[in-house]
Amino acid sequence: MEHTSLLERILRGVALTLVVIFFMFPIAWIFMMSFQTNETILRIPPQLIFEPTLANYTALITGKLVTAAGTLDIAFMRNLWNSVFLSVTSVAVSLLLGVPAAYAFARHKFRGSEDIAFTLLSFKFAPALLVLLPLTLYFQKLGLANTYIGLIWVYQLICLPLILWIVRGYFEDIPADIEYAYRIGGHSWFATFRKIALPLAGPGIAAAGLLAFIFAWNNFVFALVLASADKQPVTVGALAFITSSGIQYGQISAAIVLSITPTLALALYAQRYLVEGLSLGAVKG
Amino acid sequence: MSPSALTISGVDKFYGPIDRGVHAVKDLTMEIGKGEIVALLGSSGCGKTSTLRMIAGFEEVSRGAISVGGRQVHTLPPVRRNVAMAFEGYSLYPPLTVRENMAFALKAARLPKSEVDAKVASIAKLLEIEDILERYPSSISGGQQQRASLGRALIREADLHLLDEPMGQLEPQLRAVLRGRIKHFIKERGLTAILVTHDQTEANALADRIAVMEGGVLQQFDTSDRIKERPANLFTGTFVGEPPMNVFEAYVGVAAGRINLRLPDGLSLDYDKDAFSAPVRDQLLSRERVVIGIRPYAVRRSKEGVPARVSANQWLGDQTHIAADFAGGSLVLVEHDRTRLDLGAPINVSIDPKNLHVFDQASGKAISHGMELA
Repeated sequence: MEHTSLLERILRGVALTLVVIFFMFPIAWIFMMSFQTNETILRIPPQLIFEPTLANYTALITGKLVTAAGTLDIAFMRNLWNSVFLSVTSVAVSLLLGVPAAYAFARHKFRGSEDIAFTLLSFKFAPALLVLLPLTLYFQKLGLANTYIGLIWVYQLICLPLILWIVRGYFEDIPADIEYAYRIGGHSWFATFRKIALPLAGPGIAAAGLLAFIFAWNNFVFALVLASADKQPVTVGALAFITSSGIQYGQISAAIVLSITPTLALALYAQRYLVEGLSLGAVKG
Repeated sequence: MSPSALTISGVDKFYGPIDRGVHAVKDLTMEIGKGEIVALLGSSGCGKTSTLRMIAGFEEVSRGAISVGGRQVHTLPPVRRNVAMAFEGYSLYPPLTVRENMAFALKAARLPKSEVDAKVASIAKLLEIEDILERYPSSISGGQQQRASLGRALIREADLHLLDEPMGQLEPQLRAVLRGRIKHFIKERGLTAILVTHDQTEANALADRIAVMEGGVLQQFDTSDRIKERPANLFTGTFVGEPPMNVFEAYVGVAAGRINLRLPDGLSLDYDKDAFSAPVRDQLLSRERVVIGIRPYAVRRSKEGVPARVSANQWLGDQTHIAADFAGGSLVLVEHDRTRLDLGAPINVSIDPKNLHVFDQASGKAISHGMELA
């Protein structure tokens, strides 16, 4: 670092600032909007100085949206809970199924293993809307439409391939001999998986889980089609803010702030793992 | 012979479907006694590591059987075979220190902590890694990692210790010292060890017997002296020994009561009929073509003899290696004194029939070594 000249440092600072502004501006603006009423938001030219109001958050938390046309019930808190529940459960199920599967694909080459792994990946190729029509019909027949179980099941289409393929790469990066060394030392296959493979692939599993969580959280179309109001996550719930008396920008912003908070917090907390996990192999040297 | 520690009988290894995949180990049969150190020697891809991994249980045995201490083990998982192994790629556990890595190997044995500490300390002393016991594998050099990995294998009490290229990464001086210590350690405790190596010096220094492998086939399994003196075939003859054995094709002829071994370029090695023992002579005369092999140490320069022309002359500090153009090929001879010979200088060489190895021209199998039949 001592070798960088002053000019270099200034230019780097400018570039970093530009990047931060570019990426942070929308979030900052939404954060500001969430403390304004629709009138101040829609004022032209927009103003940076305003009188902050908590009305938007109150409306969301109490579930009563007051508009010009009257009071509307919105289920935002319910949606938020649904989002948390659906994402967490889906990722948990995916990890439970995907990590051992990834290990199997990485370590045990069996006939057709590549084909199965590829088939699982191919779930991500099809546009969601294409899959949805037949799924809806099946789900109605099976009684899975509008159930949490049905939704979690469908969310596996998002989470499972992601976790499987990322984690598999991590397991493949661990030299098999490390596991052999443990097994020959008098430990079973399962103990080796638990004590050696899992900890070594830990950062990768965390990164994959986090990424899957973000994808699940942001999913819109599956829940839109397969769930009714009481099971819908925030992404679908936000549609309620487009009311007959106009779009409620203030509440939308507040809703966005509330809905990105969990993922943002999680991502910031696990940022180290995410970056390390996605860019480096788990074992070096 | 002492009771058998390891018996490999008729083992085949195919990578891929049996009889159609890559045939890495072919019908391998060998028996290793308790307390013996055996080296599997061969070039890369000869099947030596596959063999070791089948014994350890990391590779399936395609055909045949393996027993350790009289127990059939080839269908058991590695955990139940009671073997210890040092891996070529070290394979230390990255989150553990060197000390923990070695102590970890004893975990399954459930020893008291004081005993574990004492064992780690003695092995660390043996391998000169006492100063890095608290370091992590990623922060030590390849040679240190290799010694730690070797220590992790030696510290265990097992029916069989498998060492895969255990000293490839070490500096020559340290290697020489450790060879002696490790051999002493193994012998003292009466351990049985199988060592995989492509370094014949290491095999010679450590092993009681050497199994030479090539192309998945066990070529010869014998003591290092016997392999040198009585190579079973052309491959072991040329593979073992430094510098390698000189090899020439020869036509066998008889003229005026003498046996001629006619070499390319119109050269001929002539011997009196009585120079060979009767059985060797009969074998020679029953064939038209043979392959003859001469160790570089056995080639002598002489006044009369077969002419050759010096093509290289190297003084290695303790011996001279002279290469000469001879019979359409190259002949290497070793002399213990410093020899002044210019490039292109004509020399005459003679070869004592006592030092002649004769091989079958088609199969490469040894026919005779000096005066004795193979």
